[in-house]
Formats: sequence, C-alpha cells, structure tokens
Amino acid sequence: MNAATNLEAFEGAYLTRSRMMTWLLILATALLATLVVAASIGSAPVNMMRAFTDTTSADRAIFFGVRLPRVLMGALVGAVLASSGVALQALVRNPLAEGGILGISGGAALGAIIALVFLSTSAASDALVPIIAFGSALIATLAVYRLSLIAGRLEPFTLLLIGVIFNAFWGAAIMLINSVVNFYYAHNILFWLMGSLEAPSYREVEIVGALAALGFAVLIFHARDMNLLSLGDEAAAEMGVEVDRLRRVIFFATSVMIGAAVSVSGIISFVGLIVPHMLRIALGSDHRLLLPASLLGGAAFMVIADLVARVAIAPAEIPVGAITALCGGPFFIYMLRREGRKPFSF
Amino acid sequence: MSDERKGELVLRADDVAASYGAIEVLHGVSMELRAGEMLAIVGPNGAGKSTLLKVLAGTLTRQRGRVELFGRELESYDRRRLAQLVAAVAQENSVAFQFSVLEAVLMGRAPHLGAFHFETRRDLEVAHSALEYFDLLALARRPIQELSGGERKRVFLARALAQEARIALLDEPTAFLDLKHVADIFARFRTLCAERGMALVATLHDLNAAALYADRVMLMKDGTAVASGSPEAVFTESNLRAVYDTEVYVGRNPSNGALIILPAAHRG
Repeated sequence: MNAATNLEAFEGAYLTRSRMMTWLLILATALLATLVVAASIGSAPVNMMRAFTDTTSADRAIFFGVRLPRVLMGALVGAVLASSGVALQALVRNPLAEGGILGISGGAALGAIIALVFLSTSAASDALVPIIAFGSALIATLAVYRLSLIAGRLEPFTLLLIGVIFNAFWGAAIMLINSVVNFYYAHNILFWLMGSLEAPSYREVEIVGALAALGFAVLIFHARDMNLLSLGDEAAAEMGVEVDRLRRVIFFATSVMIGAAVSVSGIISFVGLIVPHMLRIALGSDHRLLLPASLLGGAAFMVIADLVARVAIAPAEIPVGAITALCGGPFFIYMLRREGRKPFSF
Repeated sequence: MSDERKGELVLRADDVAASYGAIEVLHGVSMELRAGEMLAIVGPNGAGKSTLLKVLAGTLTRQRGRVELFGRELESYDRRRLAQLVAAVAQENSVAFQFSVLEAVLMGRAPHLGAFHFETRRDLEVAHSALEYFDLLALARRPIQELSGGERKRVFLARALAQEARIALLDEPTAFLDLKHVADIFARFRTLCAERGMALVATLHDLNAAALYADRVMLMKDGTAVASGSPEAVFTESNLRAVYDTEVYVGRNPSNGALIILPAAHRG
C-alpha cells in the first residue's frame, strides 16, 4: 500500500458522508414540500393568509386545529413504519419483513383496541393507549421471537412464517372483540383495522413523536451492525457484532415505534415494504443511509397517501390504509418483476 | 515483521469439546498456533474441522476445555476486540441485500470503526490492497450477487484480510476456486504469514495443497486429532489409510520433490 493508491475507481461504489448528506438533504426537502402542499389542500378551502393572521377565523381552526396535526401525524406514522421496516428486514435478512407481516402491528392493534374498549371513559386514555399498544406490540414481538427460536437459533424464515400466522391470529382476535362489543366501538375498531389518521390531537402527535424519536435513535446507532448482519449471524459475530443483543435491541426499539404508530393510526400496511424497497434500489443497501432515508421517505409517502385519502372522494374519506394497500400491492409486484432481482437472495 | 513477534504463541486450544444440541462432535482437541505460521486442518467430512474453527472463533460455545488467545482466555475478550484480532471466513457465505464488492470488503473495517464513523482514506487503502491481493479490483463496483462462486469466495477472503487481524481462520478457503487462483491464494497466504506475521488456520480437503503450503498439518477424524506435525510426518500412507478408510499413495513430485498424495484404490 502506498500514498499513491488510486482510489478514484471506488467513486460512488461505497457510502461517503457527503453522499449520505446529499441524499438526506434531497429527501428532507421533498418531505418539507410534501408537508406544505398537503397542509394547504383539503376538502374545505382554507385562506392561508387569514389562518395565519386572524386568530379567531375558521380558517385558522381548520388549518392549525385539524389539518396540521393530521399531516404531522401522517409524517410520523410513515416515518415509523418505513424505518422500522428497514430494521426488521435487516434483522430477519429478508426484504419481505415488516411490522405488519411479523405480527407486531396486529399485536399492538389488539392491545390498543382492548384498551379502547375498557378505558374509553377514562381521561388518561390518550396517553395510556400508546403505552398499552407498545406493551402489546412488545408481547407480540416476544411471542413471535420465542416461538421462532429453534435450538437457540433464530431462523429468519421461520420467524417470517410465525409472524404471518400471528398476524392472522391477532386479526381474528380483533374481529372477535368487534363482534361482541356495541356498534359505537365496532365502527372504531373497523377504522383501526383499515388504518386511518382521522383527527389526531397535538398531544398524540407529541407522544408518538417522542416514542418514534427514541426508537429511531436506537436503530440509527446500530446501522453499521445491520450491514454486518446481512452477511449472516456468524459472520456478523466474527466481525464484532453482539448478534443476540442486537436482535433484542432492534425488536425492542421497533416495538416502541410500531406500538406508538399503531395506537393512533391502526394497521397501515405496505408502507414498511414499499418505501424501503424503493430506497434500497435507488440508494443501495447501506443502512447508515437507508435508515434515515426511509424515515424521511416514509414520512413523505404517508403524507401523500393521506392527502389522497382525504380529498379523493371529499367530503367523504377513504381510510389511508386502504390507499396504501391498494396502491402498494400492485406497485410492489411491479417493482419486483421489473427489477428482475431475486427477492430472496439468501 | 519483527523477529520477536514471529513464533509468538498466538492461539492455544486445550482439550476442547463441543456439541450441536445433544450430539458431541468435537471430543477433546488440542492445538497450538504461532505467529507467521500456517496450519492446515485436514480430515474426512464430519471430522469436526469446521466445528473446531467455530470454537476458535468464539461463535460456538465449547462444552469443556480451554482456548487462549495471546495468553488470555477467549471469553475475556469482547466481540469487537476479538474481531480486531481474529478474522474468520466460513465455508459458505451469503449476503442478504445488494452490496457492492467494495462495500462488502469495507465491512471488514467495522471492528476498527465507531458507530458513526465513515471509512477514512486509510480504510479505503486497506480495502484497495485487499481487493488487489485477491485479484478483485476490476470487480469492486459489481454487486456481490452477480459474481461467480469462486469470485464471491475471494470477496470474503478479501474482507477478512481488510479486517487486519493477527489470526485468520479459514474454512475451505479454496473451495470453488480454479487451479490458478488456488495457487495464487496460497502463495499470498504464505506472504501474509511471512511479512505480516499473520497466523493462519485453514481447513482443507486438498491434501496436496496442504502438503505444499502448510507449515504444519493436523489430521482429524471423528472429532479428534489423529496426528499433528509437519506434512512429511503426518501424511504417511498408514495415517491416511486409517483416517480416510481408503488406499492412498504418498510419493514425491519428481520436478520439485514436493509431497504428493493420490488415491490408490483399484478401479471397479
């Protein structure tokens, strides 16, 4: 090795800080633009001048009271779903993993629905529902994780299958509750299953935002370890990763994030699959970029999906989960086929 | 390398036993490894060669016995420190997502980098030299998934080299490789041992390669070490017949006097 080693041939073949910053800046700008556009469009026309200047106007009430918290919440939920999807995909070494598919969202939804039915009259339910959702997300995660261990080893493919089974099981449990509670709850529960961002409060935005930030901070700290994990458990361990500890950390962090998101939005599918896939193809697989990129990209994606949900058949509304699933399914298949890449590259 | 470092005892295993589940596959194996030395572990399928490597790498918990790395018990190192000292390449390697060859080789730098650090110029130079070493520079930008089995194997060897460890544990490093690359790679391993004082343990199926390149060989069967020492001392017809359960011819290559081992069973 000498000082004259020509490294130019490496240009663009690996992640540099400047490439990471450039992409994050581009995505952040795109997200900001999306937020502005989405906040200014809605089923009711809003005069933005009046909204900002006249504190008693209806425009202000609609913009700051209804639309802004909703757009912010959409961004948060999208950020959580996409970035936790990336982390879970790294964890099971399979691009088809995601909070919904692994049964984490379903567990969180079941917990939240039980909390809703039993605590709906209590004033503290705003803060309690996310916590209970997180708790049940964690329980669901632990159950899936424990049952996937075979002779102490985690088999990623088994984990995926067990997750799918649990997901169906939680769904059935929710339907069971749905059929025994009264009509008022039943309507709410339906919205949970479909996924919706209707009328969040700023307090909810704060709680979900705090939990999402906490979980994401943990994930980003382990981004390099996630790269190593894609070489397999043993190889990762041989390169200095405490694999079991990393698994627990990722599970815990994603449970916090998904529990928080589900507690306000219900089950919104496909975001955790589509966004990471698109970004992986565009930016490569390095998790140091992929994780924050999916945070921003997921936020923008969800804000757009919710905008469609709000305005497509205004003044009526489509549950945003239906939008993501309707667009997501075909798009996902199209992407996989167009790319011609093996989706399971074990 | 400095002379005092050469010959330093870097790894020692004493009466090591290990199992997969309830089945014990390694029944008390002892070995020593010195800086600058290349040790080949040979033996039939299922002899416990790979298992021994996993125990030495610390990825498989042993049932009994002791492993010492630079005079300290293996367990006293944390994973990261261990990775700075020991690099390992498994028999089979897979990559779950699309990474370029360069990215994979740069992963070998991870034990030397902090969580938020990006690769420095020096890391890139180390990767460059590792790629050069294994004839991979032209493939640096290619996704690993697009490579052939032999090329991929070399990527993982380059990754281990980029780790700049003192000890390399290689499980079948020359499987999938063509004749030229086998010769090249062993020559390079020898250079690494001689120049950097690296200590190398490789499991091999190719007895001739082991005889030609290794300083010492350990012959294993059924989870025990049957013989250990110089290739001349270990590769005798009687030793090999006992271990492989087949007739073997051991002779000399007339052109260079190197040991050659051939199957000698009769046809039909």
